[in-house]
Amino acid sequence: MTASILRVKDLTMHYRTRKGDVSAVDNVSFDLRQGQALGLVGESGCGKTSIAITLLRLLPENAHIIHGNVFLNGTDILTLDDDSLRKVRWKGISMVFQAAMNALDPIYKVGDQITEAIQTHDKHIDNDRATRKIVELFSLVGLDPQLIDSYPHEFSGGMRQRAIIAMALACNPRVIIADEPTTALDVIVQDRILQQLRKIQEELNMGMIYISHDIAVIAEVSNRIGVMYAGRMTELADTLDIFERPRHPYTAALMSAFPSIEGEKRELHALPGEPPDLLNPPSGCRFHPRCPYATRKCNNEQPEFRDSGDDHFVACWHPLE
Amino acid sequence: MTDNGALIQIDRLSKIFPVSSGVFGRSSSFIHAVDDISFQIPAGKSLGLVGESGCGKTTTGKMLARLVNPTKGKILLNDFDNGPVDVAELKGKGLKAFRRRVQIIFQDPYESLNPRRTIFDTVVEPLKVQKVGGVFEREARVSDMLEKVGLIPASSFLFRYPHELSGGQRQRVAIARALIVEPNFIVADEPTSMLDVSIRIDIMKLMTDLAEQMNVSYLYITHDLAVARYMCQEIAVMYLGKIVEQAETEELIKNPLHPYTRALFSAVPIPNPRVQREAIEIKGGLSAAIDPPNHCRFYNRCPIADDSCKGNEHPPLEDKGGDHRVACYKVEG
Repeated sequence: MTASILRVKDLTMHYRTRKGDVSAVDNVSFDLRQGQALGLVGESGCGKTSIAITLLRLLPENAHIIHGNVFLNGTDILTLDDDSLRKVRWKGISMVFQAAMNALDPIYKVGDQITEAIQTHDKHIDNDRATRKIVELFSLVGLDPQLIDSYPHEFSGGMRQRAIIAMALACNPRVIIADEPTTALDVIVQDRILQQLRKIQEELNMGMIYISHDIAVIAEVSNRIGVMYAGRMTELADTLDIFERPRHPYTAALMSAFPSIEGEKRELHALPGEPPDLLNPPSGCRFHPRCPYATRKCNNEQPEFRDSGDDHFVACWHPLE
Repeated sequence: MTDNGALIQIDRLSKIFPVSSGVFGRSSSFIHAVDDISFQIPAGKSLGLVGESGCGKTTTGKMLARLVNPTKGKILLNDFDNGPVDVAELKGKGLKAFRRRVQIIFQDPYESLNPRRTIFDTVVEPLKVQKVGGVFEREARVSDMLEKVGLIPASSFLFRYPHELSGGQRQRVAIARALIVEPNFIVADEPTSMLDVSIRIDIMKLMTDLAEQMNVSYLYITHDLAVARYMCQEIAVMYLGKIVEQAETEELIKNPLHPYTRALFSAVPIPNPRVQREAIEIKGGLSAAIDPPNHCRFYNRCPIADDSCKGNEHPPLEDKGGDHRVACYKVEG
């Protein structure tokens, strides 16, 4: 087993609002190993994007890290001063955001924007070398290198997302975080970008955290999956393992609620109720009000997130066999 | 020309939008958003219209709900007492009666409900417009409808505002508003694509249950093939304003024939890590149907096209056996 490059430990983050604290991330722990693609899946408000912005410390003003550590190669990112933090961003961890349309500046050429990113982090790289690097990156993400001098409006949605991925790779990061990078794209374009991203991640042997609400997309890009619910990690295991032996009732429910065009038509099962309000999260296990197996214990005590064997973590008092 | 079973029939329907150019706005180019399509939907059955953004599926839906007027072609709604009526020619009373029979549900429940109106005001509105019943009857019908869509007890929702409801609850309100006048036909434009997985299935089930109970047909517009599979008896696939393939749902899912449909299907991620998808590559990207050429719309991207495809007009939608219709010269039945 390769060493972990990113270790998140007991991470807890709240948003302060006028109505009180929103418990957006609650005691989340996981490891990311070199070359591993970890998929974080969950519904809106489950905390998956909050984790991503906490890892990069791109937090809005009302966000407060209550406790926890994020070790990147042994250094706790959460304790770094602004200068050291800037070095970690892009080179240590870089991020591909959901809204590709907004991530490029419309008045600069795409190539120039990537050059700027490269030179900001390494002043010794001259323009020629930067250009050579961008040509390399463009062909890596499947863009025609002649497009370096184009403006963002000349790109289609899929091309912009490729340019963003190229930019995220510009400083050879150890870890790349992709937050719903294909959600706004049509399915054929989405498929091409997913294939490309997976190929790049394998070729460069990077760590990747891929965030999506779509369990089908997660199944395709990840070799390990973390399922989040209401700010907590409920289950974490290798992809095949979690699909074939889901142990948390929420994971099982999520899987049986997902329509597919593959194979025979299965009956879909709805999950009763709606995700909780995190201003006032349920006691004990946060899933207990919607769980078919909940007992009084689930109402009273928070289940520990622990290894149930074979590196398969689950937080449940009554895990499925 | 309408056979007895068809609730709605569209015949060679087109919508062409001018592309405005320059200060004086004289258009020299036109977007063929919907280009000569025909289909019919039997009473009580639903048709799924699938395709990528810009394929014309929403424009088709808007024409069927008469929110957009067609450039060419006919939409016939079967009034089972008086025979088919041409939707484009409706005015005044006829149009009002049409609005009672045809309703629409939009994608975004955050934008389709008036934030200043209570749930009661929103749902009762169509009854007021249609002058159905007195005050008490309307109240009873609204409460009844809210419970039917799962907002139970209705009394606790009647006087709340949209911002107090979750996304799923809002979409239930939109469904209640559409169904309160007991229509026969509903255009549903991506009604579940903004909802979370665990809520989406509930809404899909609700919509299919109500369709059965109230004998409603949907034109179900979606980019998500897997959702269409669960919502419709039949699916039509659109590409740049044309229907390229249409068949009974399971037939289409298991045996897609048109090269575009096959590429589209092969790109859908599968929530099963053991399944390896077949890789079907098509060239290039989606463009807009601005002044499209005469030949097949898919010609430039098609992996199996040859010179005959270029020399001929866009292929007609032909039955290749078993009521499986495909618009392609290269596909054998």
